[in-house]
Formats: sequence, C-alpha cells, structure tokens
Amino acid sequence: MNLNAIRAIKRPLTADEITGWASGDAWLAGGTWLFSEPQPSLETLIDLEQLGWPALALSDGGLDIAATCSIATLYGFNPPVQWGAAALIKECANCLLASFKIWNAATVGGNICMSLPAGAMISLTVALEATYELWQRDGTQREIPALDFVTGNHANVLKPGELLRSIHIPARSLSKRFALRHASLTKLGRSAALIVGTQTGGTGDMLLTITAATPRPVQIAFPAVPTSIELRRAIDAAIPGDGYFADPHGSAPYKHHLTYHFAEQIRQELAQPAVLA
Amino acid sequence: MTYLVDGKQISAEPHAGQCLRTFLRDFGSFGVKKGCDGGDCGACTVWLDGVPVHSCLTPAFRAAGREVTTIAGLAVDGVLHPMQQAFLDAQAFQCGFCTAGMIMTAASLDAERLQDLPHSLKGNLCRCTGYRSINDALHGRTSVEADVAGRACGASLPNPFGPSIVTGQAHYTMDVAVEGALHLKVLRSPHAHARIVAIDRQKALAVPGVAGIFTWEDVPRRLYSTATHEDHLVDPDDTYMLDNVVRFVGQRVAAVVAETEAAAEAACHLLDVTYEILPAVFDPVTAMEPDAPVLHDKGDAARGNIYVDIKGEVGSVLEGFAGADAVHEMTYSTSRVQHSHLETHGSIAWKDETGRLHVRTSSQAPFIAKQKLCHLFQMSPRDVHVFCERIGGGFGGKQEMISEDLCVLATLKIGRPVQWEFTREEQFIGATTRHQMTTRVKLGAKRDGTLTAIDVHVVSNTGAYGGHGGETLAAALGNPLTAYRCKNKRAEGYAVYTNIVPGGGFRGYGASQTTFAIESAMDDLARTLGIDPFAMRRLNMVRPGDWMESVWKDPSDVTFGSYGLDQCLDLVEDALSSGRGAEPPAGENWQSGTGVALAMLDCGPPTEHRSGAEMALLPDGRYHLAIGSTEMGNGSVTSHRQIAASVLSTRADQVAIINADTDLTPYDTGTFASTGTVVAGRAVDAAANALLDNILDFASRHTGAPTSECHLDDDEIVCGNRRMSLQDLWKAGHAVGHRFEAKRKAYLSPRTVAFNVHGIRLAVEKVTGEIRILQSVQAADIGRLINPMQCRGQIDGAIAMAIGWTLTENMMIDDHGAVINPAFRNYRIPAFADVPESEVHFADTYDAIGPLGAKSQGESAINPVAPAIANALANATGVRFAHLPLTPDRIFDRLSHDA
Ligand code: FES
Ligand code: FES
Repeated sequence: MNLNAIRAIKRPLTADEITGWASGDAWLAGGTWLFSEPQPSLETLIDLEQLGWPALALSDGGLDIAATCSIATLYGFNPPVQWGAAALIKECANCLLASFKIWNAATVGGNICMSLPAGAMISLTVALEATYELWQRDGTQREIPALDFVTGNHANVLKPGELLRSIHIPARSLSKRFALRHASLTKLGRSAALIVGTQTGGTGDMLLTITAATPRPVQIAFPAVPTSIELRRAIDAAIPGDGYFADPHGSAPYKHHLTYHFAEQIRQELAQPAVLA
Repeated sequence: MTYLVDGKQISAEPHAGQCLRTFLRDFGSFGVKKGCDGGDCGACTVWLDGVPVHSCLTPAFRAAGREVTTIAGLAVDGVLHPMQQAFLDAQAFQCGFCTAGMIMTAASLDAERLQDLPHSLKGNLCRCTGYRSINDALHGRTSVEADVAGRACGASLPNPFGPSIVTGQAHYTMDVAVEGALHLKVLRSPHAHARIVAIDRQKALAVPGVAGIFTWEDVPRRLYSTATHEDHLVDPDDTYMLDNVVRFVGQRVAAVVAETEAAAEAACHLLDVTYEILPAVFDPVTAMEPDAPVLHDKGDAARGNIYVDIKGEVGSVLEGFAGADAVHEMTYSTSRVQHSHLETHGSIAWKDETGRLHVRTSSQAPFIAKQKLCHLFQMSPRDVHVFCERIGGGFGGKQEMISEDLCVLATLKIGRPVQWEFTREEQFIGATTRHQMTTRVKLGAKRDGTLTAIDVHVVSNTGAYGGHGGETLAAALGNPLTAYRCKNKRAEGYAVYTNIVPGGGFRGYGASQTTFAIESAMDDLARTLGIDPFAMRRLNMVRPGDWMESVWKDPSDVTFGSYGLDQCLDLVEDALSSGRGAEPPAGENWQSGTGVALAMLDCGPPTEHRSGAEMALLPDGRYHLAIGSTEMGNGSVTSHRQIAASVLSTRADQVAIINADTDLTPYDTGTFASTGTVVAGRAVDAAANALLDNILDFASRHTGAPTSECHLDDDEIVCGNRRMSLQDLWKAGHAVGHRFEAKRKAYLSPRTVAFNVHGIRLAVEKVTGEIRILQSVQAADIGRLINPMQCRGQIDGAIAMAIGWTLTENMMIDDHGAVINPAFRNYRIPAFADVPESEVHFADTYDAIGPLGAKSQGESAINPVAPAIANALANATGVRFAHLPLTPDRIFDRLSHDA
C-alpha cells in the first residue's frame, strides 16, 4: 500500500553514505513487510538495493547470504552434494506463509529482521547455527549467533540504524542431517510450530530448534539423542509453561502440545541410523 | 523516471512512499486491482521484467526503467494469451475481481510450479469460485457450450463480460478516473463505547489539500438503518450518518475530504477527539441482563439491548418431550465472519452541470441506496442517480449503504466529486459481518426416530447496530425447523445489541447458523438412538403434501413448486458409498468419518421484493434488456440473457443487457436472498414474453399471416411461408410508428422451496487436529438449471465459503471489543489448498413457480456444509464439536481433554 507518511527515499551506493539516523528512518530491503501495513511513524526509506551486495557466496567455510538476497534466489541455490542440510532451505521457504511471488521481492534479511515467531528464515538460520554480521551506524561491526538475534515477537537486538549485513552458515552445520516438522491451522498457512532437529554426521548428537511456537527461537543441544522423557524435561526446562506464543495462528496450549509432539517425532527420526541417499 | 508499462513509455515521478499498484492505476492501468493492499490476495499481480510480483508491495520507484506488464498488456496484437483464453473457456471467474491477478500469476507458472498449484496459487485469493473453475482453466478444460438459437436456457453459456474481465478492461466501481475528485477518509473509533465530547479540527484543517472535515455536527440528524430492504420498517432506525456516541471499535467518527488520499489520511491522524468512555458490553447474554450498559436510547428503551425477540410454538413441546423415548439437548454456536468480497466497499459521487447528483457505487441494492440517500439528504428522487458498473462480489455485504452517504454529504457540501474506497482493514472493523449466534437445541424422538418435539433457543449478537438483526433471526427460526415434520415445535430468539462490529446480511442469512445447530443435533439424536443419519432424516423430513410450518401458525406464501429433497439424499448417500474421493492418510493417528446434513430454503425473502425488466427490439435486429437487479458475480446477467433469449428463440449473444442503474433500468429492490433468479428472472421472463407478443402481433398485421403462424427464429421472423430479418421487421414497424418495447414487473409471491444436501468424508489427525476433507459432495434441488456451469460454480463457491466458515475463518475480538485479525494473513479465507474439489449433483426437478422452472441458485448451497463437516468429525472421533470454527487447536484441545 502507499506509505503516505514517507517523505524521502535515499538510495545510497554504500552503507557508509548513511551517517546519521533519525527516528523516522527505515532500511528498505524487499519492502514486502514495510509496504504491507501503514507505517505512520516512518518518514524516510533507505533503499538497500543499490548496495549491490552479492547475494550468495560459497566457500569452504560455508555459505554467506547477503541480507538483501531474495528468498527466491536462496530457494534456487544449488548446494554442493555434501551439504545435506541445505535441503532445509527449500523446506523452510515452503513453510513461509508468503507465496513464491513474494519471494521474488522479499529478502532473507527482511524476514529475519521482521522477527516474527514464524519467520522461517529465522528457523533456517538458527537451526543451522548461523551467525549474523551487523553493521552499526558508527561504522563498527559485530557478529552475533542467529539464536540470539530475535528477542521476542517482532523484536530483536538491532539498535537504531543498525543493519543486518549478512548471514554466515558454517559448512559444518550444512553437512549435518536434519529432520523438520511443522504445522499450521490452515493448509500451507503460517506456522503454529516449526521445529528442526539436526545431527552432526557420524555422531549421535541432536540439536533441537523450536520456532513459531515460542515468541523467539529456542535451541536445545543434546550430546546424544535423548530419551523421550529427557527430551520432554529439556523442553520444559527451556520453555516455561507460559512461554508459548498465542496468536490467531494457534493457541498457546496447542503450540505447546505440537512442540512436544514434533520434538518427539524428530527425536525418533534422528535416533535411527542415517540412511545414505 | 521512465517506466515502460504494457509497451507504453511513462515519464513520471511517483510519491516517495507510493507503491506500484496505485502508481499504475494513476496512469489508467485499472486492470491492476486492490483486494487487500497488503500482499495477501494477489489481485494486484503484475510482472516486473517478466517476474510476477504483488504491485501493492512493490515500491513504485523500483519499477523505474523496468518493463511492467499488467493484465492489459498480456494479449499481443489483440490475440489473447493462452491463459486468458483458458480462463474464458473454463469461465474461471464469477465476479472477476480476482481474475487479473490470477491470470498474471497463472501465466507466469513454469511446468514445475504448474504441478504444485496449492503452493503456486497460495498468494491468490478468490472468494467466488471455490477455485474449481480456476483449476479447470489451469488444466485446459473447457466448460462453455455453444450459444444456439432457441436453446439458450439450460446451456452453459459464458458471462457476456468475460472478454473484458480476462483482459482487465472490465471497470469495477473504482476503476474510473473522475476529474477533480477529492478523496475521503474516515477516522474510526478506538473505543467500544464512548461519547464524543469534542473534536478539535485545527491541526487537521492545516494539512495542505484538506477540503473539508465532517463530524456528527455536520450531518443531518436523521435516523436510518444502513441495511437495505424494500420494506424499510424491517430494520431499526438506529443509526446516524455520524454520531456523537460511538458504539463499537471502528465506528465512523469523522470524515476528511482532501485532494489526495494521503492528505485525508494525515488529517484524520491529526483530529483531536475527546471521548468520554462509556461502559461497554460484548457478550449478548450479559447484554440482556438488567444492569448491562444500554447501547441505544432511541426507540423502545424498555427492552434494553434486546433489539427484537421472536417467539412461536405449534403444538406443545412440553407434551412432545413427555412422549419422547429419547431427548437430546445441546448448545451449538457459530462464529462471526466477514464476507470478504474481494472488491471492498467504495463509491464515487458527483454533481453534473444541472446540479443532479450521480453516485457510482458497489451495491447489491442501488435503488434502495437511492431511496436512503433521498431520505437522508431530503432530496427529490429525480435529482439522484445511483448506479453500478461491475461489482467485485457481495455475498450480502453490499446489502448495506455504508459508503455512499459520506461521499454524497461531501459532494453536496463542497461541490466537487468525492470518492471513497474502503481499505481491507475497514472491511473487517467498519463494515458488517455474519451474525454470531448461539443456539440451544432440544429434540425429542420416539425409539424409531420419529421426532416428537423440536425446541430451539437462539441468541443472536447483532453488534452495535441492528440492520438485518430481525430478518436474520426470523430466518434462523424458519426453514431449519420447517425442514422437519414434527407436531410440536417451539422457537425463541433474541437479537441483542453489543459493542462490537455489527452483523448484517450474509449468504445463508441466519438460516446457516441454526442449520448448523439443528443438523448437528439431529445427528447427535440419531446416534443416541442408533439410527443411521440418512434414515433419521428421511423419516422426519418435510414432504409434499405436508403443511409447511416452523413455529408460526399463520399461513405463508411458501409452497412446493417442486420437491427434490428425497433425490438429494439418495444422490449424496450413493456418492459417499461409491468409494470415490481420496483415501485417508496412512497412520494410526488418522481417524475418518462421514457426515451429512440437509438444508431447506424458501426461494426469496419474506419481505416485499419487486423487480422490473424492459425489453426492446433494436434497429439492428438485436435485443436490449434493461434490468434493475445487480450482478456481483452471482451470474444473473448471464442467466437473464439466457431467459430472454430462450423466450425469443434466439441466441443469448443477441441480447444486450444493462443492469443496476436507477436512470436506465426499471426499479429493483436489490439482488439478495436469491432474488436474482426468482424475482428478477421472473421479470425478464415476463418482459421477454410481452415483447414476443408485441413482435408477433405486429408481424401478423404486417404480413397478414395469423399470429399462430408467426414465430421467431434467431434473428429472423417466420410468418406463414414468409421469412424476414428482424432488422427489416423493425424498419417496417418504425415506418408506421410501431414500438417494439415491453416492460413487466415481478413480485415475489408465492415462493417455492429449494433443498441442498451435503455429504462429507474426512480424516482427522488426533494429535495435531488437522482435518483433511477426503470427499465433499453436494446434491441440490434448485429446479431447472438455467446455466448448469454457473449453477455448479455457485455451489462450488458456496461450499468454499462454508469451508472457510467451518474450518478457518473467525473474527477474533479482544477484551476491548477490537477485531484482532483484520487482515487476510490473520483471517484466512480459503485459498486454493484449502478447498477440495466437490462432486455436485442436481435433483431432476422443474419448478412450477420459479421462472422457466428454476429456483434459488446462488445462496442455498452454503447451509448444509458446516454441519456435514461437524457431523463427519463427530463420526470420526466420537466427540461433538459444537462451536465453529473447527480449527486444529480447538480439535486437539477437546480430543486431549476427552481422551
Ligand atoms: S492487493 Fe496486492 S496482494 Fe492484495
Ligand atoms: S471471481 Fe474470484 S473473487 Fe470473484
């Protein structure tokens, strides 16, 4: 929709052209969230498009995704065969409420910075133990684990003007095996729970990532695949009974219930020896 | 900046925050629609350098220097894109408002995406079709039949506006550029109940471009109802155009008119309103208590918040229950939902040089809207013209006058054209909804299943205003009880004011709500008695020869023009036992079950209703049909042409039609409650027959052959052994001053009845609560099918809407009375993935009352679907889910507690 309060668009060629930061400023990536709701408090959009960040960079160390990489581009990524967990990219994208047309504009960084509980790019990058590179307006940079970025429903650690530059997914986690479960109240709707388990090749460990059911991602590491009881205890220890997220996409008790159910399914799956494809 | 739009270069500077959708429309690309303006519906889909995007989410500046393709640019050199042709062949639209975006999406799909339509089409919502015809189009299936003279009636003929719909040339309400038009925006109440103490407009007036601000002090202090009925007394006059008391979150507080929408919006934000908060009540039962805050002090204050109560009894339910072997009693409830017609409400008003007022609007009842405007502004009817062009869906939501009045007010005050288009959010918070009803049903029966008593108690939450509150309540207590023969019936209902967004007319109109309750209860009772649900219904259902009555003893004008309920039950039972449909998913957590429900519908409303039609033979030998009724995707334009063509032994294509225009067409009460067929259709039939007589009479005089030897044959007339073109006949008539014109009116009495039976087989996952519909089948007794494709399309659409009501849709209201989910992303109307393909069967009946044997075709199919689903769920789980919607989180909740 028209954002009628916007007075100016800035289109910098480099991020350091933007020096100051006013309360009405906002970074514009794909625009698919910004333009989906009235934004009466915003006055200036700062377009990231012309920064020209390469969307995807592949190295031995892993995959670097520019925050401005569109979801469509990431979806089309053709991973090296040894990166079994790269299949999570497509699976997570398919958990998005948004259709493929939105993916053509929406960015990975935008989905993360919107920081909704059901943000599937958050699920993806947290599950794959990514780190985010953040650029502050004073020129300093910091890196934080994906897990720590989202702090609540629609809330994150970004300071005013701070920019998510890129997402680094280590090769180590891309080489893991994984199991994903999700459910929504409607067919292909917004996730009520999106839960991913990963396991390092050749080990019996398990890393469980719970998203959508909780206001922010929750991750539980098990050195070995737990028993059913251990799993449930660990979930209870990590998420208090009132720690589930109620919204029109599912009641809190339902999300609580799904979390147990899917975590248990994932546990059982990862307890089985890996089948070589 | 330069833009290349559909091959044309445009040089322009968009506003900083402008989205591509409005930018394109500013330059006349009206094929780019708005269904939500928030990325959820896909109606605005265009291609950017060949890639489909939602233009409402695309910053306009991003499209600079790129190639933009809209629906209007898809055809090359006048040759339709294959997808446009496919949509025409399958008639993959009803109102057509979603079509441009649907085609732009469908035409962009590669082979892989075409394999996965649930995902590929999840960003495109259609409220009308139920997606079946869209699926047909994407599979290259053709549904239209040839237009053969004399055989128009009964043929699957295409919508005459199809070509303009698939090319984006069809003009919906807001698809015109009115020069010099001002834009109207409304400030809406943040409080559920408050008195407006003061409104300071200083800051708002200072916004550049603001041309006027109107509050309750500026409007005629005249009470009315926004609901449109022929009989204005059936709705309470409880509304002021703008009031100094607001009674729900979202009620209009003030209107701002400005040069741009942006200025009007900015000024709304700057209006400084002082409210005195009043106590509010949201629950209708609480609202009936003596100490509840009272919403309306006008009218019959002694009744407090009960706007209307309706009671009746035939026989004695007391005796009936005393003689019962089994009694079942339970309370069932249905949720508040929104029509979600893809085109939001909107109107444009202007005055011409002579000072006459014109209102272009999106209404199901333009003639009643005109009357209401005349009443409000004390204008003479001849000074007001109200009309519709294309309307993007109604479903009862546009049986209201809620956008015309403020445009007219502002036009009269300022003298300039004024337009106002609702946002999608306003549809949820400031329009009308289906009445939420809670129904207690008590049934008694003999051991063999024979009903001995039916007792129903309904509380309807009419929200802050009572439009349609009485009529929907009466409907709720009518047909669903009439459907069963039982000596002892009692019903009692209350429509109650509360401080939430008002109820209104909605396809199914009250009967849907109690059909859910009674059909669920019938199932429960059958289970208690160990009787098969089909047998239970056959044993008790109304049959020809029965005295049709609900709970009122006085005779009614409803009678059996035909009867096919027995056939419908057979058809559904056969289908469910046929083995067709999908297999239940594997796994021990999946349980499956079947369910059935029936519904009966009086064809047409009990209130007065009238329609007029005019027909003329034109100089070129074609016909002109003018009909007052509205077409909003219900298909009446198509079927009216067919009726006329059939009477005149010609092709539908020979009949040019205009409709819904208070200047150009005869009076019509409006299109709702199935009147498009049963009243307007009757008017068309009568006018066409009158014109036929007129033509034959003249031809006989002209040729000397007796009328009995004259007949029409497509575009010619045959008189004895002489054959001449209608063109020549017209010339001959014209030469001697003969006028080939006729006008007839139709009224709605007597009324016939239609029946619909729905069957469902579903599977439910015990742990996640997910429901999968494995088979959905409906059998309809709707008389002769004037257009089988269209009848099926209406039923498909009604089923999809019912599936939304049953499984996914629910307007959630917070503790302060505000709607929590006023956007499609949080209020889920069915998408492609949600709607299974249904089997649709028709009883073989020909109605003695309806026009050319037809009965209600667009409305009745919605009613039996929700209880059929709930009954199947009960059958699968052994647990009765008595409250809509049946979402997985509620299902899980009950299964885990009952386990
Ligand atoms: S109007 Fe753009 S997606 Fe609905
Ligand atoms: S035809 Fe799709 S919304 Fe009306």
